[in-house]
Amino acid sequence: MEYLPTILLATSGGLLARWYMLRRDYRQYPSYPQGWAIHLFIGFIGALLGAIIVPSFIEQEFAAVSFVLLAASQFREVRNVERSTLENMEALELVPRGGAYIEGIARVFEARNYLAIWTALVIAILSELLAYNLGFRIVGSIAVGMGTAAMLNRWMRGDSIGNIGQVELVTVDFDGPLLVVGGVVMMNVGLPSVREVYLERALGAQIMPKDPNAKATLANIGQMQAIAHDVSSMVGVYMDVGEQEFTPLVRRDPDSGKLVLVMVPAHHNRDAFLEAISSVPVLEGAIRKPLLSTAGKMVE
Amino acid sequence: MKVMAAQQILAVVTMHKDQVAGQAPIFFVDNQVELEKIALYLARILMAAVHDLDNETYILVKH
Repeated sequence: MEYLPTILLATSGGLLARWYMLRRDYRQYPSYPQGWAIHLFIGFIGALLGAIIVPSFIEQEFAAVSFVLLAASQFREVRNVERSTLENMEALELVPRGGAYIEGIARVFEARNYLAIWTALVIAILSELLAYNLGFRIVGSIAVGMGTAAMLNRWMRGDSIGNIGQVELVTVDFDGPLLVVGGVVMMNVGLPSVREVYLERALGAQIMPKDPNAKATLANIGQMQAIAHDVSSMVGVYMDVGEQEFTPLVRRDPDSGKLVLVMVPAHHNRDAFLEAISSVPVLEGAIRKPLLSTAGKMVE
Repeated sequence: MKVMAAQQILAVVTMHKDQVAGQAPIFFVDNQVELEKIALYLARILMAAVHDLDNETYILVKH
């Protein structure tokens, strides 16, 4: 087996790259070890595909190359699987993720398999270039594999809310039955006992967009729902099934474009609350860039 | 899939008979204490939110 070192190096490199990227999913999608088993195996298939493209090319087996590319299209299915799993669980979340967030997560899972394929492919090419010396081959593969995985991972890392907006605490007040947070009317709270809980335990924060692009991005309803879901999954939420009054709310101030979030957290920790908001990812599907258009610049 | 009535007034609790009419169930009460009690009970039964219309009338809405 002439190509055995290449295939072994590239496959294990791609698999390790997938494993490295899986570690960052834990918060979004906490379902290991089963989830890990599934995604590591799919990542292994991807890595193997990336690895055998290079030997097939060298042997001029173009039919094999075509088949490998055909197999790569199967990874689209990963997105569907992730989406349907999350959608099925959606009705059982105290604070739903929202369709936009689910789409984002599903897309990330699909994309990361392609990143594993790229890593394996790069390693395989280098390994064939350094075929004259086994030592060079191994050291070179490890180096280029780590470099590729780190680089791709960096590129794929999106912004978080803290990057596009200024997050700060605001006061929680009542105007008659109306819950007013940072000057924005959030909802009508009927029961005095519920109002007391709000005044005692609730935390409110505002996200002031840094520029018109951020303003347009934050105006996405999916993004608002994602903030509510992620913050309540990080700091915990003080509510039970059917207690709709305590559902975390995100509302938008039409004047300034700022978002206001109010929730009754399980633990009254201001710093943790602000940190949780800052670290919510900006959804890929929510990003808008009006400043890239002429009209957007004129408005500005 | 479970179908639920959303954004609908499921029940009305009021102290003023003349102010409310319509097809939602209406509960008439005599005082503020009873108003809040009935509204809370209904909210937990219907898993709905209580909103105050500020005229001694509460509505229960499923969101």
